[in-house]
Amino acid sequence: MKKLIIALVMAAMPMLGFAAGGKVQLNHADIDLTDQESLQRGARLFVNYCLNCHSAKYQRYNRMARDLGMTEDEVKENLMFATDKIGDTMNIAMPEAQAAKWFGTAPPDLSVITRARGSDWVYTYLTSFYIDEKRPFGVNNTVFPDVGMPHVMWKLQGFQKANFSGDEDHRVFEGFELVEPGEMSAEEFDAAMLDLTAFMTYVGDPIQVERHRIGVWVLIFIAIFFVLAYLLKKEYWKDVH
Amino acid sequence: MSMMSNVVDWIDRRYPMTQVWNEHLAQYYAPKNFNFWYYMGSLAMLVLVMQIVTGVWLAMSYKPDAELAFGSVEYIMRDVEWGWLIRYMHSTGASAFFVVIYLHMFRGLMYGSYREPRELLWIIGVLIYVVMMATAFMGYLLPWGQMSYWGAQVIVNLFSAVPVIGPDLGVWIRGDYVISDVTLNRFFALHFLLPFILAALVFVHIVALHKVGSNNPDGIEIKKGPKGNRWSETAPADGIPFHPYYSVKDIVGVAGFLFLFAAVVFFAPEMGGFFIEYPNFEPANPLKTPEHIAPVWYFTPFYAILRAVPSVAGSAFPGVVAMFASILVLFFLPWLDKSPVKSVRYKGTLYKVLLGLFVIDFIMLGYLGVKPTTDLYKFMAQVGTIYYFAFFLAMPWYSKMDKTKPVPERVTQ
Amino acid sequence: MLTLTVQPTRGVFLMSTDGVDLKKRRTLTAATSVVGAVGVGFFAVPFLKAWNPSEKAKAAGAPVEADIGKLEPGQMMRVKWRGKPVWIVHRTERNLADLSSMDSSLADPASDVPQQPEYCKNPTRSIKAPYLVAVGICTHLGCSPTYRPDIGAADMGGEAWKGGFFCPCHGSKFDLAGRVYSGMPAPTNLEIPPHQYLSDAVILVGEDGGAA
Repeated sequence: MKKLIIALVMAAMPMLGFAAGGKVQLNHADIDLTDQESLQRGARLFVNYCLNCHSAKYQRYNRMARDLGMTEDEVKENLMFATDKIGDTMNIAMPEAQAAKWFGTAPPDLSVITRARGSDWVYTYLTSFYIDEKRPFGVNNTVFPDVGMPHVMWKLQGFQKANFSGDEDHRVFEGFELVEPGEMSAEEFDAAMLDLTAFMTYVGDPIQVERHRIGVWVLIFIAIFFVLAYLLKKEYWKDVH
Repeated sequence: MSMMSNVVDWIDRRYPMTQVWNEHLAQYYAPKNFNFWYYMGSLAMLVLVMQIVTGVWLAMSYKPDAELAFGSVEYIMRDVEWGWLIRYMHSTGASAFFVVIYLHMFRGLMYGSYREPRELLWIIGVLIYVVMMATAFMGYLLPWGQMSYWGAQVIVNLFSAVPVIGPDLGVWIRGDYVISDVTLNRFFALHFLLPFILAALVFVHIVALHKVGSNNPDGIEIKKGPKGNRWSETAPADGIPFHPYYSVKDIVGVAGFLFLFAAVVFFAPEMGGFFIEYPNFEPANPLKTPEHIAPVWYFTPFYAILRAVPSVAGSAFPGVVAMFASILVLFFLPWLDKSPVKSVRYKGTLYKVLLGLFVIDFIMLGYLGVKPTTDLYKFMAQVGTIYYFAFFLAMPWYSKMDKTKPVPERVTQ
Repeated sequence: MLTLTVQPTRGVFLMSTDGVDLKKRRTLTAATSVVGAVGVGFFAVPFLKAWNPSEKAKAAGAPVEADIGKLEPGQMMRVKWRGKPVWIVHRTERNLADLSSMDSSLADPASDVPQQPEYCKNPTRSIKAPYLVAVGICTHLGCSPTYRPDIGAADMGGEAWKGGFFCPCHGSKFDLAGRVYSGMPAPTNLEIPPHQYLSDAVILVGEDGGAA
């Protein structure tokens, strides 16, 4: 038994997670990838606000239509501005070199950004732009200090100020304060950013929902096989015991 | 004679089919007291086959080109029908392989499976482990993400730390001054080749095993014991035919393993960033190192040893030596253990405590290998490194001092 | 997968079968084998399906539009569909008249072999009589024949040649409806791909909008 426990500990070793090494507390993105309406709203925000500078060059429009429960014509009319081929991926026209000149660094492709940074990070990042006159675009971000990206959604959110305590070298972030309201209320904007995060999480691993669905059946099948194999073994081992 | 036995006879006159079947399965007598730990051998073979099959399938769509590699992995994950499953099976399989092999090796350590007459069996096994590590390391470069790139950069630089020839050696391995397209291309070729060498070594491993016969949790040589069981008058009394008894038992193990494996593949393929590291979803960028680089979990104990050893006279070479020595020492294990008994069951408290500490030490080193270094962690890693080597190098003395218990004549159930 | 068959005839088992429930053993062996075989079958599916055209290949093989507004009578244009050349030929009045006089020298004048969508199984093998849309791949071994509209060309048999296509690889001849001459290496007429008219001047090759 003792040895079994050791074995389990060794097997569980990979699960000891990394300690949270962040400087800023991330807000949990409470998203539901089975909520197609939320994903569709997120997709609309994505193509309107992100897809001008950022690509999602591994995501195909026709797959998005299929997975998000839309017809190809709906996608063509409402969500496709860069191409007219439904089988295309979400590319952008902006050349990388030029983009690097405008923003200091080329806007990264967003296909797997939620997998690299985590959905919580993306959600918190989207809601954490604040006024900072020292930056070229007049905004900074608490989770991505000195980010090159402007506050693209200022029209929706408005502008917020970040309050810090402590001195210049050791500032402690205390909270945001909305100084110039946008078209959306704070709650609406939060909900919209959750939709957008949900969509980007979907794009990161489009098979996820389907994978979980198949996984349940695979596990049930293997469990049945396990029971049969166990009974067979028990029957044969009557000879030995 | 029936049609079937006609065919069998026809083949048997040309190829020893029935003979092989009998000698290695139906009349191969294995000790009847195998426990949980004895599932690992067959599971390791299963995972190797799975890795080869999924790997060949991935190679059908993967592009070993610095410009295309990252995109081709996403292509497999999205555009190839069921490609995501094949890729997740392969990435999960890599980690599963090491889980199974570490448990397999620990079994050998517990029950003295490396002791006479199984020294060569053990050495071939360690060789398999070394080739496996090389295969895994080269495979990890292929997705061409940030961790792939910088992990390979760090590991190849280990070779650059060798005095005199080091810098040239590093350049030679990379084929360039940094990890580049050339490196990716050759790593891909070797990553494809090495598994077949592994398969050949596994074959040799099994030939060696069947020559000397399996050890067992009691560490008793059943071949030296009394003869005669219900299947054969000349077979060891404590042996049972591998087939059907262990073949049906191994199937239970396979089913149990596949359940856990599928659970990871379908529900947690990244395994919290341990099986697929998050920064590897950013394409390799030679100009920007990720904030924190750690090798994949199965290398981290050795990585911790590397970092624990301070550099001497401006050279990181001692750390590199320590890291390779920590693996090489395993080759000498058969001659380090001087205990009169094989199995931990009949060894004294001293050995049991030291073995338990070794397990804790190995896990601790693995944990420290993923963490950024701090003074405390570095000190812990140094203590851990000393203990790691002491466990092996002091074995000739403590294994003799240890108070052992008498070994029974026959295996226990 | 390990096989579970026992070999009782080979003298392996000296054991007596007293007290062994052979029936139960056989049942369990059969049940485990069947479920195991089904499992192996399931396992094989993803690997077989991975060989199907990928989403990328499907996107690249999507229907293509061809603008025929400027295609003069007697001219041919090529578009690429699923990596294959598709010809669009604007046939002249005379070409169309000639088509009906060819029957005796053709292998399948009535297009009985289904090498075309149902809506093109007509004397001109087309939706609109002047426009031939055909996959430009010889049905013999896959070469792409050359367009030979020159009526009466000496190297094509002189007077009898009313224009058509000639495959340089093995000498197969086709008329201007893509029908193969009899006695040629090519066994069937050229394939007519599914297509539709989006307008008078635009053909969509690769999709017929359910007209089939």
